[in-house]
Amino acid sequence: MRESTLHTDSITASDATHETVDQISAPSTSKRMILNMGPQHPSTHGVLRIVLELDGETILKAVPDIGFLHTGIEKECEVKTWQQVVTLTDRVDYLSNLSNNLVYALSVEKLIGDIEIPAKAQWMRVMLVEFQRLNSHLVWLGTHALDIGAMTVFFYCFREREDILRIFEMFSGQRMMTSYIRIGGLALEPPRGWQQAVGKFISAFPSKVDEYENLLNSNPIWKIRTQGVGFVPLEDLLDLGVTGPMIRAAGMKWDVRKDEPYSSYDQFDFEIPVHKENDVFARYRVRLEEMRQSARIIKQALEGMPEGAWQASAPKIVLPEREKMKTQMEALIYHFKIVTEGFRVPAGEAYQAVESPRGEIAYYIVSNGTSKPYRVFMRTPSFGNLQALAPLLEGRLLADSIASLGSMDFVLGDVDR
Amino acid sequence: MLPDVLKDHAVAAALEAALPDAITAGHAERNEPTLWIEPARILEVCRYLKDQEKFVRLSGITAVDWLPADPRFEVVYLLHSLARNQRLRLKCWIAEAEPEIDSVTGVWRTADWYEREVFDMFGVRFRNHPDLTRILMPSDWEGHPLRKDYPVHGHKYSYQDE
Repeated sequence: MRESTLHTDSITASDATHETVDQISAPSTSKRMILNMGPQHPSTHGVLRIVLELDGETILKAVPDIGFLHTGIEKECEVKTWQQVVTLTDRVDYLSNLSNNLVYALSVEKLIGDIEIPAKAQWMRVMLVEFQRLNSHLVWLGTHALDIGAMTVFFYCFREREDILRIFEMFSGQRMMTSYIRIGGLALEPPRGWQQAVGKFISAFPSKVDEYENLLNSNPIWKIRTQGVGFVPLEDLLDLGVTGPMIRAAGMKWDVRKDEPYSSYDQFDFEIPVHKENDVFARYRVRLEEMRQSARIIKQALEGMPEGAWQASAPKIVLPEREKMKTQMEALIYHFKIVTEGFRVPAGEAYQAVESPRGEIAYYIVSNGTSKPYRVFMRTPSFGNLQALAPLLEGRLLADSIASLGSMDFVLGDVDR
Repeated sequence: MLPDVLKDHAVAAALEAALPDAITAGHAERNEPTLWIEPARILEVCRYLKDQEKFVRLSGITAVDWLPADPRFEVVYLLHSLARNQRLRLKCWIAEAEPEIDSVTGVWRTADWYEREVFDMFGVRFRNHPDLTRILMPSDWEGHPLRKDYPVHGHKYSYQDE
């Protein structure tokens, strides 16, 4: 049960360098006002509470209060087998499920050591993760524009998102929490006819991005609300732990896919969009161009998809095919052992970073040689990004804070786990 | 004391030369250089790595509970250098009897929330932290959830018939 007491009898506000949420106060005679933004608020994109100290429309102090969505996922990972944890990872950043699956699978494969993921599985992973990036950016664009007042964009984005969710459903049976990327490869064989569905979507998509740009790029209201808003110097952003499109919109070309390639990303041809203005408009442009680049990667994956197995040949780790399990004794035994006891991973630690739509997501996994993880630390991008909230909001107008929060693109599941 | 396996690692060797005996052990398994640092010297090590060796980014700080080992907690610092395109991992052993270590918020501001999370989840205190309070759990929570002796489903609410 949370108890937040805002004392109204003493001045402690702006002279302190850092205060707890429960201690911000202002005397009742000043024109300063303490307001709670959230935890239920349509523009905080989740259960985020920001305690704002306002002087009219200007924010003097903004203190974020997180933890409302904390569900103890890291603790839960320690009592499930390595295989079972995959379904937990989907739900951490619930808008980019496949990225979370991928980073977990890559970290565990790093720990296991001698497991070779076939080329087809790697390319499929790349294609699906880029679809996930499109998915996440579409939600971001729709809700960001909606916050600022452009309702049409929301409907357009969700129209495309519906197609992508149908593609996910075709692959895994699930629209969102797909758990499709597993340790050793994919969960299921890619369905028949996926090439047509993906091909149809990807040939129509670039013109849809043109539509979004038509609605917003030269829109005077959009430009007034977003240009020049939300500037924080690049060194501060890096020091505060911000990663992802916010850094690329500040002029630094850093993307984990290019700098530390994983899962055969080095075989794909794509650009990293970078802008220098470091405001909300630049972040919008960066993400829109990322959508185009993702479409480019998906097209290359579709055209060049290698043939072969979709999971590694590691019978002790990867579940056998369903038909084999029903007819062969060995496969049945392996299936039984993997599902009930789980497989063992050698003791040690591994760290793998992946570029999620929000920034650098990395899992630091410690194993003690048993069939359950010993410690799974999720270095989530939104937790780092949200630390830049105070410099981003303070000293600016309340209306600008809505645009700035949207441009940060954080997801509370990521922040709180 | 720099372990042999890391003698060729430029950063580790430079760190050993600049701050001798701060490194107590290390390994480079899976191509991930990891150094165990004397807890009392973590602040100067981090300052050196950021200022001289360009580890401008701190990816995160976390901890691992090795109950029943003593020292019990291992605080892990995940560093990243964009200029060198290298990552480095620092670890410090903290005993349960005195679970305190210096805060590195003066080196990287992002350490703020990560250290609060380690305090919240493990009970390790960080000296000179600007505001060491719980961050994920409610402020009046008792216990540190990620410790190994803390029950998975918590201790406050029970839905069983007891």
